[in-house]
Amino acid sequence: MTANDDLVRTPLDAEHERLGATFTDFAGWRMPVRYDSDLAEHHAVRNSAGLFDLSHMGEVEFVGPQAAEALDHALAGKLSAVTVGRAKYSLLCAPDGGVLDDLVVYRLADDRFLVVVNASNAAQDAAELISRAKGFDVDVTDRSAETALIAVQGPRSPDVLRSAEPGVASILEGLRYYASEPATIGGIDVLLARTGYTGEDGFELYVPDEHAPALWNTLLAAGGQHALHPAGLACRDTLRLEAGMALYGHELTAGTNPFAAGLRRVVALDKEFVGRDTLAALAEDEPARVLAGLTGTGRRAGRAGATVLGADDAPVGVVTSGVLSPTLGVPIALAYIDRGLSEVGTELRVDVRGRSQPYTVSSLPFYQRA
Amino acid sequence: MTSPDLVPANLSYTSDHEWIAVEPGATASGEVRVGLSAVATEALGEIVFVDLPAVGTELTAGEACGEIESTKSVSELVSPADGTVVSVNEALADNPALVGEDPYGEGWLFTVEVASLGEVLDAAAYRARNEG
Repeated sequence: MTANDDLVRTPLDAEHERLGATFTDFAGWRMPVRYDSDLAEHHAVRNSAGLFDLSHMGEVEFVGPQAAEALDHALAGKLSAVTVGRAKYSLLCAPDGGVLDDLVVYRLADDRFLVVVNASNAAQDAAELISRAKGFDVDVTDRSAETALIAVQGPRSPDVLRSAEPGVASILEGLRYYASEPATIGGIDVLLARTGYTGEDGFELYVPDEHAPALWNTLLAAGGQHALHPAGLACRDTLRLEAGMALYGHELTAGTNPFAAGLRRVVALDKEFVGRDTLAALAEDEPARVLAGLTGTGRRAGRAGATVLGADDAPVGVVTSGVLSPTLGVPIALAYIDRGLSEVGTELRVDVRGRSQPYTVSSLPFYQRA
Repeated sequence: MTSPDLVPANLSYTSDHEWIAVEPGATASGEVRVGLSAVATEALGEIVFVDLPAVGTELTAGEACGEIESTKSVSELVSPADGTVVSVNEALADNPALVGEDPYGEGWLFTVEVASLGEVLDAAAYRARNEG
């Protein structure tokens, strides 16, 4: 409906056009929000497989003898402890402990790492990482503009990859969750990672922009026999929410205390890093509100910004993401809730656009694959 | 990717994307159907829930009378007329996706006994509004 002329196009833009995608502006990128039905795409990822263009994500490369030390200083996690071939979820924190971004770091070699960041923060993250790496013997390069990312997610995603390239069968056997390995698919060299944001088994394939269309079409053709659907950002959001995963800008912001967000396990206080001292002090106190899951009834879903109500309709929290779960058929939400009311099973209410509806604190994730 | 019948000429439209089964220029009388235009349903994506006014509700033209939820968003349903709700499309309770699949047919929302029509556009004006 509106012109998307000023938006950045991924190398797969023409493929999306051909597939009849509806586009949206996401962080300045023209991205497919859905191809046909976002519910059908959601169910395809849960039941068979979905193919995503995630080329808007940012990629920052660390190469050099002190790559691990530089990342240990820049990020909240202990990346030097990650073995070659494995990946780790981590945080880029501000000196005051707030979350500037959440990201995934792949260790590709002793002296080589790939840091994958959210599109909305990519430029700022790259600048921050380059600045934090000063004084270390490492080259930090923003590869976002030349790197495409294609994800195959869902229980049949290994079948899709094997059909696309029989040669990857042996790699898949040894490739664990949160691991990566170089691979060749249809003659195209990729970094093949077993990671994702859907709660399903799946893969993320990093590939130079110029090879992205050929790889996309190879996967799409190979996926026909495995009920692979192209899948847009609308279902990516409902899938990640069912899987209880945070979305930057919703559950995580520059004002977020990582401990309140349930991310204590990714903050390594036993080493020096930017924000460490503030976070060490914060770790001493229990946060007033913590991130929790809420499950409702009926079909009206409390959305981001909705107020969580306790006894006497007193406000006790705020919804950060909420949707009618396509898999479960009931409203689900992530919300920051007063710690004393965050116990699983606690009955609360959510003000859903002027009408208060019952919700129960539930364990996360809302959905877990069999 | 838009179908030829995105904006049928025999209906009237609000600027909020509802349609009402009144021929442009005609005076509404009796019970008429109200729905959501295909322009709106295409933009919304899959519709997962509709919250309709109860039968007997007195509607005021231009005022919110319900909600349309897609996976990604919630939109208010705005009444195209003053009047009384006579019936609601019960099929939508089990299958709200009908609103998107057949917005001018099986996906109608409710019927209203029109007392007076609010500000509505004919198909050409509605199309122009969406392009402008």
